[in-house]
Amino acid sequence: MEELKEELKNKIITTLNLEDIAVEDIADNDALFGDGLGLDSIDALELIVILDKDYGIKLVDPKEGKSIFQSIETMAAYISANRTK
Amino acid sequence: MKKTYINGVGCISTQKTFDTVFLEEAVVNHDQNVLAIVAPAYKEYISPAASRRMAKGVKNGIVASALAMKDANVENLDAIITGTGLGCIEDSEKFLKSILDNKEEFLTPTSFIQSTHNTVGAQIALLQQCKGYNFTYVNGAVSFESALLDAKMQIEEDEANSILVGGVDENGDYTTALFKLNGRIKADNTAPYTILNSKTSGAVYGEGASFFVLENERKENTYAELLDVAIVNTLKENEIEAEIKSFLKSNNLEISDIDALVLGFDGNVSFENYYATLAENAFDQTPVLYYKHLSGEYDTASAFAFWMASKILKTQEIPEIIKVNSVVKPAYKTILLYNQLNGKNHSFTLLSK
Repeated sequence: MEELKEELKNKIITTLNLEDIAVEDIADNDALFGDGLGLDSIDALELIVILDKDYGIKLVDPKEGKSIFQSIETMAAYISANRTK
Repeated sequence: MKKTYINGVGCISTQKTFDTVFLEEAVVNHDQNVLAIVAPAYKEYISPAASRRMAKGVKNGIVASALAMKDANVENLDAIITGTGLGCIEDSEKFLKSILDNKEEFLTPTSFIQSTHNTVGAQIALLQQCKGYNFTYVNGAVSFESALLDAKMQIEEDEANSILVGGVDENGDYTTALFKLNGRIKADNTAPYTILNSKTSGAVYGEGASFFVLENERKENTYAELLDVAIVNTLKENEIEAEIKSFLKSNNLEISDIDALVLGFDGNVSFENYYATLAENAFDQTPVLYYKHLSGEYDTASAFAFWMASKILKTQEIPEIIKVNSVVKPAYKTILLYNQLNGKNHSFTLLSK
């Protein structure tokens, strides 16, 4: 799980071009949207593509996204339980 | 009919053209066939949150426009008009590559959103909160002149008082590789790359963004008046002189009235005579200048020449590094710019002190 969290942080930094942010700057429970990392709706689409492309998870219910993308912790937990690759 | 004045300039190029007076830090690079931008400190102009999705062309356009507006002491614009040949080619390449790599699946939105040609104009408008006319011309090597012409007509017809006009292009790795394959860029490993008296085909390429605030009022900080712009798609070498004479005549001028001629020599021997014939004959008593050894060739490189001519008219100085001949004039009041790319898209621009 720790490895997956590290991997997710790296993917988020690279894919979303978070130039001034390092892996150490993102705590597992930090909010990804809003006051935390400050991601927006376009980033949400990028995260959905990461789930699909890298872990074989297709989000069918958009409402699910809100709880899944709350933090690195929640993302990692959801991926561990649902990944197909 | 109102006149058009250049009241502010901003230039990001393959030279250090920011935080400088003119071209005092310019250096000619004979070792590269593709010149890269000298980047400003983007963070001083764009927040990290906004800049993370922007390709370099967008960032350069934003910085150049901010410099021009600061220079003109203007905060509100009536219009933003941009010229670009290839638009945001880096993000276009990224998006197309992603389509191929992922077999048309898993397409992410960012590079697609940013890949359109009008991204630069749109981002400037968002940052400046300008809800006025916003148009991007994509007309090859006359993209910038098309934007200029639009701005000039709007000012003349009193439809706008203050317009931001610019030319912007960026290099993309894949497009650059294709330009090398089709001979548009000089072959690799054939340095030194020379621009004047070149013996090889292809050009030395570059990238950049130059923006200008054009207004209907002469101010203390005015650089020059934009007298006229003309665009001709196709001309033969032996038709250029007559075309220029006719253009000057329509402005009640003759060749002897021109205090400097700025030519678009780009090192391509196949089309050099369009310029060389003028420099050696009709304009042999006129100071002749060039610039693509500094800026590189690209569709909107003529915007760099426009920046250079504006600076000359304001400072009344011509740096040695841009001189083709040794002719000098006691004062520089009227400058003619002529550019073409591969024998097409000819433009003539006339500036006056």
